[in-house]
Amino acid sequence: MAEEKVKELKGPGKGPRGPRPKLDHPMQTFLRIMRYLMKYYPVHMVIVVITIFAGVLCSVQGTWFMKDLIDVYVRPLLLAEHADFSGLLHAIMRVGGFYLLGVIAVFVQNRLMVYVTQGTLMHMRNEMFVHMETLPIKYFDQHPHGDIMSMYTNDIDTLRQMISQSMPQFLNSAFTIVSVFISMVMLSIPLTVVTLAMVAVVLFSTKKATGASGRYFVQQQRDLGKVNGYIEEMMEGQKVVKVFCHETQAMEEFKKLNDQLYDSAFNANQFANVLGPINAQLGNVSYVICAMVGGVLALSGTFGFTLGSLASFLTFNKSFYMPINQVSQQLNAVIMALAGADRIFRLLDEKPETDDGYVTLVNAKKENGRLVESEKRTGLWAWKHVHQADGSVDYVELTGDVVFDDVDFGYNPDKMVLHNVDLYATPGQKIAFVGSTGAGKTTITNLINRFYDIQDGKIRYDGININKIKKDDLRHSLGIVLQDTHLFTGTVMENIRYGKLDASDEEVIAAAKLANADSFIRHLPEGYQTKLTGDGASLSQGQRQLLAIARAAVADPPVLILDEATSSIDTRTERIVQEGMDRLMKGRTTFVIAHRLSTVRNSDCIIVLEQGRVIERGNHDQLMAEKGKYYQLYTGKSAS
Amino acid sequence: MLKTLGAQIKEFKAASIATPIFMTIEVLMETIIPFLMASIIDDGVDKGDMRHIYVVGGLMLVIAVIGLMGGLGGARYGAKASAGFAKNLREAMFENIQKFSFANIDKYSTAGLVTRLTTDVTNLQNAYQMILRMCIRAPLSMICAMAMSYVICPKLANIYLVAVILLGTCLALLMVKTHKYFSKVFEKYDDLNASVQENVTGIRVVKAFVREDYEKKRFTNASRNVYGMFVKAEKMISLNAPMMQFTVYSCILLVSWLGARMVVMEGLTTGELMSMLTYSMNILMNLMMLSMIFVMITMSAASGRRVAEVINEKSTLSNPENPDYEVADGSICFDHVSFDYHGDKENPILKDINLNIRSGETIGIIGGTGSSKSSLVNLISRLYDVTDGTVSVGGKDVRTYDLDTLRNDVAMVLQKNVLFSGSILDNLRWGDENATEEQCRQACRLACADEFIERFPDQYDTYLEQGGSNLSGGQKQRLCIARALLKKPKILILDDSTSAVDTATDARIRRAFAEEIPGTTKIIIAQRISSVQEADRIIVMEDGQIQGFDTHERLLETNEIYRDIYESQTKGGGDFDEKAGEN
Repeated sequence: MAEEKVKELKGPGKGPRGPRPKLDHPMQTFLRIMRYLMKYYPVHMVIVVITIFAGVLCSVQGTWFMKDLIDVYVRPLLLAEHADFSGLLHAIMRVGGFYLLGVIAVFVQNRLMVYVTQGTLMHMRNEMFVHMETLPIKYFDQHPHGDIMSMYTNDIDTLRQMISQSMPQFLNSAFTIVSVFISMVMLSIPLTVVTLAMVAVVLFSTKKATGASGRYFVQQQRDLGKVNGYIEEMMEGQKVVKVFCHETQAMEEFKKLNDQLYDSAFNANQFANVLGPINAQLGNVSYVICAMVGGVLALSGTFGFTLGSLASFLTFNKSFYMPINQVSQQLNAVIMALAGADRIFRLLDEKPETDDGYVTLVNAKKENGRLVESEKRTGLWAWKHVHQADGSVDYVELTGDVVFDDVDFGYNPDKMVLHNVDLYATPGQKIAFVGSTGAGKTTITNLINRFYDIQDGKIRYDGININKIKKDDLRHSLGIVLQDTHLFTGTVMENIRYGKLDASDEEVIAAAKLANADSFIRHLPEGYQTKLTGDGASLSQGQRQLLAIARAAVADPPVLILDEATSSIDTRTERIVQEGMDRLMKGRTTFVIAHRLSTVRNSDCIIVLEQGRVIERGNHDQLMAEKGKYYQLYTGKSAS
Repeated sequence: MLKTLGAQIKEFKAASIATPIFMTIEVLMETIIPFLMASIIDDGVDKGDMRHIYVVGGLMLVIAVIGLMGGLGGARYGAKASAGFAKNLREAMFENIQKFSFANIDKYSTAGLVTRLTTDVTNLQNAYQMILRMCIRAPLSMICAMAMSYVICPKLANIYLVAVILLGTCLALLMVKTHKYFSKVFEKYDDLNASVQENVTGIRVVKAFVREDYEKKRFTNASRNVYGMFVKAEKMISLNAPMMQFTVYSCILLVSWLGARMVVMEGLTTGELMSMLTYSMNILMNLMMLSMIFVMITMSAASGRRVAEVINEKSTLSNPENPDYEVADGSICFDHVSFDYHGDKENPILKDINLNIRSGETIGIIGGTGSSKSSLVNLISRLYDVTDGTVSVGGKDVRTYDLDTLRNDVAMVLQKNVLFSGSILDNLRWGDENATEEQCRQACRLACADEFIERFPDQYDTYLEQGGSNLSGGQKQRLCIARALLKKPKILILDDSTSAVDTATDARIRRAFAEEIPGTTKIIIAQRISSVQEADRIIVMEDGQIQGFDTHERLLETNEIYRDIYESQTKGGGDFDEKAGEN
């Protein structure tokens, strides 16, 4: 009994909180969790079940001893002339042995559960992460990032509670209820009936109280969401609030939401708290009634009921309530855990990015005019094409020849964003995409590296359909600087090295110099060893872009895609960066998206997009002469 | 920390006091019950006195009902006090954050503040409820049970006392050790979650560089570390239950053995023996409970510190004692001004700035990334205080003005601007609460925002999502300008506020400014030379210093940096009119 109480306390602030979510297949989810436990810790689990059972038996054995203590030993001894305590000593030794076993069982069980719980959670987290990394970009588009994060935090936390506390407790409670029930029946059937009647009352009150608190918990959750949303918005805009002296208004609005939250939190907690005392006192009432009825029975000697039996029965009566109470208090926690597990499993069941590609990227060198695979990095790449039919191998030089042939694409199939796009980039060309927001510029680059798959048409890379190229190799061949810069926790050095994990410090610094990032990095407190956190929050937008460019530069890719890569960098710095990039990209194909003229003007080919269609194509002079959309964009006036 | 947090109980003092009182009632009643039980057995059952059984049994029922009342009261007021405490904490933090200066805001990250206002407060709410309901109940219940055992049989009660001391010491030692582990565990755990977050938001980078395997390895390593530390910490905790059981069982056996002998030889009654056994449970269970509460409190101590830090944060800017409520005109003067965000006088980021701007002038500011253009203008509306020198507006030091007055007369359109969820009108009225719809339209016309707003089906009542995410960059910027115009400021500062607006519209906005609000001093920071070249004078910034301050023509002649920027933008420079095709 003692250990159950302990566990109930272990999780601070957990227990019956939050609304009861609806579950579709609670049993299936539960079994799946069990499969996890059995998969990684079969032996542990079997031992745990045995020790729980043993623990319960030992404690029941102790309660039986209470009865014997008075009936078998104390009373006869009271009547005996010469008290002989050896019998009692013997009995105490025996019970002591049982108790010792019980303590060991509890120790073993608790110890093992630490490994089972933490181990299962670790495996689950790893599995989630590993699986998440394989999911297509689409998944991340469709699921709010907060929701994904909450699986790793909230849902795993509720699972921890369930595995480490609720499950052993349920098992323990079940064993206890059964064994105590049998014991009670053996002691006295009428008193058992009385006890059961009171249990019915307890269950009824539990249902009432959890129902009421559940309703308020839903409301509390909603109010909490509102308050959190408001806080987030205001904290994000705190500087604007200051600039507009809007503090009082912000405070007033906050107070209103905060008061609502207080109301629902108060009610929800009140009803949740009520459960404990009500059930405890109902337990006491049951105790009193049993004492009265038992007293009468013992006095009249009906059914051979003795005083010792009454003592034991009353102890059983108490041990009967404890598990019922605990199960009812854990119920909400279990339901929440199952809902969390359900979300986790749904993530694990998401279909990973498919990759049927078999053409791989290899380093190559030329021998006698023929391409041969090379172990070392030669600066020359080739596509290794193993023909499925006869197993013969072809090598095609990677030149950066990209062709779009009548491509249609939509992020969801019923809303196309690209229509009949035809496009060709000959090796070494610098291709620029120009057009208004939403014209489909970024989308096109996302198709080249297969973040998304096209609905119709063909994209060829050096004459090979990109669907045949292994995705990893395809992406290795493309260096991308994305519109939104993302940096990772780690040093500046590590962040640049992200582009090429085996790059030496010198290579990293050379790349930083190329991106014109070297000078600002050296001014950071610890230079290249400065630790970045929170997506490089301590850096300016421009500095982060320079790092992103350095990261792409160190990768030294055959083809480069720059998506608004220099938008936050001032024009003078950009020019310097541009020179470096031009040197790097000499002879390689580059795709550029930019709205700055300087970035676009000297491109070999400028492609003007509008509403997902290519409307103009040509170099700067040609397009200016055409006096079409490009001219209009460039000069800011309409051609007519 | 405790003082700060305690001060936030405020109107919930009554509930906070009532809770332990109700809990005390519950405990007292609970303690009496085993005592009465003994009486039923000894005086009723043993003597065959049925009347006594009924009387005492009836008394027990009454006591159970009183106990229930106590329990319900404790439940109600505990919930009230803790929910109220949480409410006041949130309010106090939010209120103090409203007083924060920009320097204070910079110190905390947005995410950090949000966590403090949400998760940390929830932790404290739970801890506070626990303290109110359990911190009195557990020790009291233990003391009562102990006292009762001493009343019944001092000799046997001594066993409990020894057990309590032994177990208490062990638990305390264990708790101290686990606490150390746990604080480390949670740090690592946060790191792990941060790495997930990075991967979720940066998934495109991960995939673009084909770093999935690298990230997987990193994650599984980190996750293994967390596992190892959790196991270490929880292994310690897992000793609790067996230790506890061992003590309880030992007590039961000892009391049974000694008690039985005393019943036979020294006239202890059987009922009393039964009560003693019940109390043993009670005492040790409550001890256990206390140790757990202790863990909870130490765990929430970290939250408490974080919350108290925000409540106690003193704003680095404050209103002067006798502030001026009137800004005379829009003239600006910088007199030997140095400034650094960290107060570094040796190597400040703005170095010895001297400037004189006449009321009504239009001033352009241009310079490279990191040349401290924004820092310069931030001083004008006293978003930060200078490190050295003085900034004057309307002929007086900005530090002599009432902050609200100053900021209403010096309207600032921030580089990183934010719109709020609500209608367009709601957002515009941030500038002037009482602005009529016509005034709002007028401001939008000036900022060239009217053209797109009027194309929306709901026009000025269009609902904006949080951060204005349903608008394009250029639309947001124009709304932000309109919002600032509604303040009818004497000085208007645009910090790179038209970067996403196309050149033609940008020019129209500037023209409108010149025609409609000629008396307002206008300061325009821009990357595009076309945005500033018509200004009366242009400031060229480099590396925290003013390199030139003159008209466009003269700067072209005399200032190399300016010429350089000019040429980089005109020779194939300039900006694409990205938003021209905007619908």
